Amino acid sequence: MAKHQTPLLDQLESGPWPSFVSDLKQEAEARAKNERNIEYQIPQDVVEDLMGVLELSYKDGTTHWKHGGIVGVFGYGGGVIGRYCDQPEQFPGVAHFHTMRVNQPAGKFYTTKYLKELCDLWEFRGSGLTNMHGSTGDIIFLGTTTPQLEEIFYELTHKHNQDLGGSGSNLRTPSDCIGQARCEYACYDTQALCHYLTNEYQDELHRPAFPYKFKFKFDGCPNCCVASIARADLSFVGTWRDEIQIDQEAVKAYVAGEFPPNAGAHAGRDWGPFDIQKEVIDRCPTGCMRYEDGKLEINNRECTRCMHCINVMPRALKPGKDRGCSILAGAKAPILDGAQMGSLLVPFIKVEEPYDEIKEVIEAIWDWWMEEGKNRERLGELMKRQGFQKLLEVTNIKPVPQHVQEPRTNPYIFWKEEEVPGGFERDIKEFRKHHQR
Amino acid sequence: MATVEFQGKTFTVDEDGFIESYDDWCEEWVQWVKQQEGIDELTDDHRKVIKVLQDYYEKNGIAPMVRILSKLTGFKLKQIYELFPSGPGKGACKMAGLPKPTGCV
Repeated sequence: MAKHQTPLLDQLESGPWPSFVSDLKQEAEARAKNERNIEYQIPQDVVEDLMGVLELSYKDGTTHWKHGGIVGVFGYGGGVIGRYCDQPEQFPGVAHFHTMRVNQPAGKFYTTKYLKELCDLWEFRGSGLTNMHGSTGDIIFLGTTTPQLEEIFYELTHKHNQDLGGSGSNLRTPSDCIGQARCEYACYDTQALCHYLTNEYQDELHRPAFPYKFKFKFDGCPNCCVASIARADLSFVGTWRDEIQIDQEAVKAYVAGEFPPNAGAHAGRDWGPFDIQKEVIDRCPTGCMRYEDGKLEINNRECTRCMHCINVMPRALKPGKDRGCSILAGAKAPILDGAQMGSLLVPFIKVEEPYDEIKEVIEAIWDWWMEEGKNRERLGELMKRQGFQKLLEVTNIKPVPQHVQEPRTNPYIFWKEEEVPGGFERDIKEFRKHHQR
Repeated sequence: MATVEFQGKTFTVDEDGFIESYDDWCEEWVQWVKQQEGIDELTDDHRKVIKVLQDYYEKNGIAPMVRILSKLTGFKLKQIYELFPSGPGKGACKMAGLPKPTGCV
């Protein structure tokens, strides 16, 4: 018998999509039975109380978690999101319901051994509920009590060789697309760079020292499978700068209908036979392609590497061989001054160990933003406030046309004094000699 | 809100052990938090951080940014963590009696 009646939640058990309610009930039941005789370190009925408080929220249409919460582990300034229920008498099982962020492996590849061990730990010292994964990338342990935090941290680090993720005004947990692990588009090893920079900047990740949060994300190509351009203050997007590799025989096979376009992604509907002119040549944003006499030609100088032709004919077209990444800066959600996506800062940079050039860009930006950023001002906002020009100066990057979508239309142009002959010091009397009042 | 009794004083605190009112701050509070925050012995450096936080809070009505705290005290972030293992927010601000840090933490 369930502890709380949950008529509203129960409706979410119907329908074809995996129901989180059914899963919660399953875990609640497993904890109630406790077939493995686990000495639960937080209330055994935590999941039932979670469903109870959620049902209450469904009824009231409002949240029942108190404001904020500051908990953590010694040595770190983040990694744990404290949370307390505002009806602790009614739902004692979730009076404390803190979230722990656990740093995930790049690309989120796992072994069952590793996951089982984490589950055993969390079953014992937490609610048994997780979020796989938080939007930033972390493994999320959902719900435990304050006294368990240090215990969990001890076991994570000592037994599982596993650290916490980031939270607060610091470098948050970096994440990446699966990259070269199993994608032929990946222009650099996203997992290696993600892993390397996560280790390199552990201090910045665990001890908030920034004006506000800061995120890295690594995409292997402009398809942006980890959405770095929208979800990271610094976004690393793979690209190439030589020619797209064309296999003319494979192109013919696409035209002949032997290979399905987009690797069969549109097979659910009859779109007619593949028409290379309509589906590739005419869709190219720069119109730099041509298909004549059974031969595909690409004017690579005019190609913006949007990925469309490669996406449509993956067996015939491949990114070039001279590969690297672009770095874009400043993406953020709307608060405070409006949503931003990343703006192109470094058009092309090689991605090679030990990544010194990339670190130079990162650290130059941090030096500037840490000094000039206002309290709770994202990098994107500082770029708006002090100007893109300033970002170029601090990173020592020369302005190029690629830095803008279009030149400014207003004439409010600042000049540096040294750029202006005679400087800014002028004597009005000198002027009056030639211009009477 | 819970209450803490320590060395003859009573404090109202929230779940995270932050003091309800800055005006209730006193030496006994410092001694109480010291036990909670993994600090063995209070040194002049601890006192300096607390003093800087309090002066800044009294003047500006907010806690200083980490960078400003470092500048005002002359302590690098690493040293602040050596003094306060929970860090400047959970450790030092709590001991100084400042309100709990908020936002996307």
